[in-house]
Amino acid sequence: MLKIIKYVLLDIIRSRTVIGYTLFLLLTSWGIFLLDDSTSKSLISLVNIILVVLPLVSIIFSTIHFYNSYEFIELMLAQPVKRATIFTGSYIGAALALCLAYLVGAGIPLMIFDGSATAVTMIASGLMITLVFVSLAYLAASLTRDKAKGTGIAILTWFFFAVIYDALLLLLLFLFADYPVENFLLGITFLNPVDLARLMVLLKMDVAALMGMTGAVYSELLGSLKGMLVAGLVSLVWVVWPFLLSLRIFNKKDI
Amino acid sequence: MIQIEEVKKKFGRLQVLKGISVLMRPSAAYALIGPNGSGKTTLLKSVLGLVRPDSGDIQLNGQSILGQWQYRQLIGYMAQISRYPENMTPVQIINMVKDIRQSQHQYDMELFEEFKIKKFENKPMHSLSGGMRQKVNACLAFMFQPAVIILDEPTAGLDPLSTEILKEKINGIRQKGKLVIITSHILSDLDEMITHVIYLNEGNKIIDSTLEQLHDRTKTEKLSHAIASIMNEENNA
Repeated sequence: MLKIIKYVLLDIIRSRTVIGYTLFLLLTSWGIFLLDDSTSKSLISLVNIILVVLPLVSIIFSTIHFYNSYEFIELMLAQPVKRATIFTGSYIGAALALCLAYLVGAGIPLMIFDGSATAVTMIASGLMITLVFVSLAYLAASLTRDKAKGTGIAILTWFFFAVIYDALLLLLLFLFADYPVENFLLGITFLNPVDLARLMVLLKMDVAALMGMTGAVYSELLGSLKGMLVAGLVSLVWVVWPFLLSLRIFNKKDI
Repeated sequence: MIQIEEVKKKFGRLQVLKGISVLMRPSAAYALIGPNGSGKTTLLKSVLGLVRPDSGDIQLNGQSILGQWQYRQLIGYMAQISRYPENMTPVQIINMVKDIRQSQHQYDMELFEEFKIKKFENKPMHSLSGGMRQKVNACLAFMFQPAVIILDEPTAGLDPLSTEILKEKINGIRQKGKLVIITSHILSDLDEMITHVIYLNEGNKIIDSTLEQLHDRTKTEKLSHAIASIMNEENNA
C-alpha cells in the first residue's frame, strides 16, 4: 500500500497542478489577511472563499487524476496486488496531496496571522471538506469509464452542494414558514457536507446566527461544542460512505 | 496447470463466453485463436482477474483464483494494447514493477538486452513507437520468471527480427517447464511457437487439441491451412 501511495504521489507532484493550487491558496489567504485589519473579518472572508474553492478543486482534480492514472491502475492490476489496495492507495495519494496543499497554502497563513482556536477549527474543517470531495470524486469516477461523463458528474455534484442545495433549502423554508421546522432543518444540514464545514467554523466563531437559520438552530439546540462535534462526526460519515461505495464498485468492475 | 471450468461472461446483453472449459498443462504453449469478438481476450482477462466471470471456476494449480490476488505472482502478462503511465520512462516503469512485485526470483533481463531497450530507456513512454512499447511490455512479462505467461497479440507491431527473438524466448521458457498462452491473428507467427491449439468462436470452444493432432486430422502442415480447413468443415456441416 505504501508503495502504491508513493508512486501516486510522485505522479501527482510531476503534474504541477497541486503546486499551482497551493500557491493560489497561499496568495489568497495571505492577501486577505494583509488587506483587512480585523482578523475575524478576514477569517469570515477566507471561510467563504475556502468553502467554494476547496470542494471544486478537490472534486475536479481527483476525478481527472483518477482517469489519468487509469494506465497505472491497469498495470498494477496485472501484478500481485489486491484491487482494494490499488484503489485505496490511489485515493490516499490524491487526498494526501490535496490536504498538504491546503495545509501549506491556507494552514500556514492561518496560524501565522491568527493562530487562535478558530484558525485550528478552520484548518480541520478544510481538511474534512477536502476529504469529502475526494471521496465524492472517486465515486463519480468509479461510476463510468468515460472521462467526460465522470468529470461532468463531479462538477454537477459540486454545483449541487455549493449552489442548488441552498436554493432548495431556502425554498423549503419559505414554503413551510408557518410551521416549526427547526429539527427538520437540523437534519437537512447533515445532508450537505459544505454546510457542515461552514457550521463547524461559524459555531467556533460564535457568529453562528450570522449564517441564518441553520446556524441559529444549531447553537440553540446543540450548543457550540456539541454542535461542532456532531458536525465533525457527520462530515466523517460523508468521507467514508462515498469511498466505501466506490471501492465496492471498483472491486466488481471488469477492466 | 490452469483449469477453466464452464466459465460464462456477459457484457450487457452480449454473451461473450458461453461456458468455456479448458485444461492447460505446464511445458506447453497454447494458441488461443478465433475471429474478432470470439472471447479470447475476455478469457485471458478472466484468468488474470481483470474480468470477473459470471459463473464457472478458474483454478491455478488446484486452487480457485476467483477473487484472489497472490496467484498473480506466478503470472506474467503482456497486454494487447500496452497502456502505461505516459510520462514515465521504460526504466522507471521497470523499476516500479520490480519494487511492487518483490519477486524472489532473479530478474530475467534477457529480453531487455536483446531488444536493446537500453537505447530508449530514458525516453518518456508517450514518445515511443508502438513496437518499442511492445518491447517494454514483453520485457516486463518475462522479467519475473513466472510459471505462466499470458501473451495477448505479442507480435503485433514488432519487426521481424524482434518477432524472432520473442519466438525463441517463448520456446526457451516452454522447454524450461513454463506454461505459455498466446493469442494472435498472425497464424504464421504461431507455427513455431505453440504445441496446442484452442479455437474459440462466438464464445464457444470449437477446437482443443495438440498441434500434431490437428495437422493429422486436417492433413495439413501449416496452422493457417489447418484452421481454414476446419472452418470450411464447419460451414459445410
